[in-house]
Amino acid sequence: MSEFDRDDGVSRRKVLACMTWVGTGVLWTVSGGVPRSLGIIDEAVAADVNGLTFLQISDSHVGFDKPANPNALGTLEECVNRIKALPRRPAFMIHTGDISHLSKPSEFDDAERIIAQTRLDVHYVPGEHDFLDPDLKLYKERYGAGIKGAGWYSFDADGVHFIGLVNVVDLKAGGLGNLGAEQLEWLEADVKTRTASTPIVVFAHIPLWTVYPDWGWGTEDGAQALSYLKKFGSVTVLNGHIHQVMQKVEGNVTFHTARSTAFPQPAPGQAPSPGPMKVPDDQLRKMLGIADVTFKQNEQRLAIVDTPLQG
Amino acid sequence: MMRSAVSAALIGAAVGAALAGGVLLAQAQSAKTATVSAAVSAAVSIDNFTFNPPTLTVKAGTTVTWTNKDDIPHGIAATGNAFSRSPALDTDNAYSFTFTTPGSYQYFCYLHPHMTGTIVVEAATGSNATP
Ligand SMILES: [Cu+2]
Repeated sequence: MSEFDRDDGVSRRKVLACMTWVGTGVLWTVSGGVPRSLGIIDEAVAADVNGLTFLQISDSHVGFDKPANPNALGTLEECVNRIKALPRRPAFMIHTGDISHLSKPSEFDDAERIIAQTRLDVHYVPGEHDFLDPDLKLYKERYGAGIKGAGWYSFDADGVHFIGLVNVVDLKAGGLGNLGAEQLEWLEADVKTRTASTPIVVFAHIPLWTVYPDWGWGTEDGAQALSYLKKFGSVTVLNGHIHQVMQKVEGNVTFHTARSTAFPQPAPGQAPSPGPMKVPDDQLRKMLGIADVTFKQNEQRLAIVDTPLQG
Repeated sequence: MMRSAVSAALIGAAVGAALAGGVLLAQAQSAKTATVSAAVSAAVSIDNFTFNPPTLTVKAGTTVTWTNKDDIPHGIAATGNAFSRSPALDTDNAYSFTFTTPGSYQYFCYLHPHMTGTIVVEAATGSNATP
């Protein structure tokens, strides 16, 4: 990986090579659609001076207790401790879903108790594991302030427009993630009046791009959502669901998935199924973690640092 | 019905004419028992994000039980809500539904919709039914 880290112009092939890599975080900058890796995380953090910084965490699966990680609440707490120890306090946090494992009130309560210790504003979108209670009301009761439909919304921070989408409801047999007509209509209207120079960040649970359809890793109508964002010079799409870091750049759009705070899943096609991956105990924390995202104003530059719980 | 009569006749021939009547009776009873138990319940196991067997054919009146063998929850939902949806099934949890109406029922996992399966329900046949 050192060869990769020191490389200047990173080719698409090397970006792909990085997908399956886990270890110390890499700082990504994107300029004119060309991703460049600037160095390993400590250099990157030191080099960074100002700009909007926020955090992404994902797939906490509070309540999960199977061999892949018997204590998902414990590793969430370790991530939270890591966040509390950051040298520079982020503006806020986004959580890209699967907060709970089985949508039990106790799981949501435990997650809230731990995440609240960051003392950050948290913007959530639901994962499919957050809509399993019979009445589908627990998620909305807790995170439903200001949301539309099943839980989508947008907000602005430091000139960046953030859009939280829901692609885990009304799923169809044989299909992938699904946004649905009502949400797409709302999205089109939401971005229509924004100027093309507004940086856009879209976040949702399941990847909006097709990662691996055999395992359902993609969104049926994701391409339509992205078509509404074509005019914008900087679009960043942040997802979870696949419990590993993957990155892809297409034109002005950077796609990125975050690690889980609970358990890793296999790389596409590398196992019979996408189920929780049991790794040796001393490897687990290298495969869990958080993502730190920085925008430098007026530079159309974005940096994502993926930090594992343990280097 | 036809096949069971033939095999009973073959067994009867093998054990000899003197015992034929008794063997035929026993065979008829065991065939009936097998038919009845097959008509009562059937199983689908969920393994590695797959329904096993992917297509299950049963007689009307059969209770189908799905059991989740994965380390991740799954949930059963029928296309068009043709039968009732299961709660989320954690590891080793099971869900049963009794199919009374013949037809082909497509279903999927509502957490992982790329997982699909089919239950084919055939008209019940019994002593009163026309073969
Ligand atoms: Cu499933």
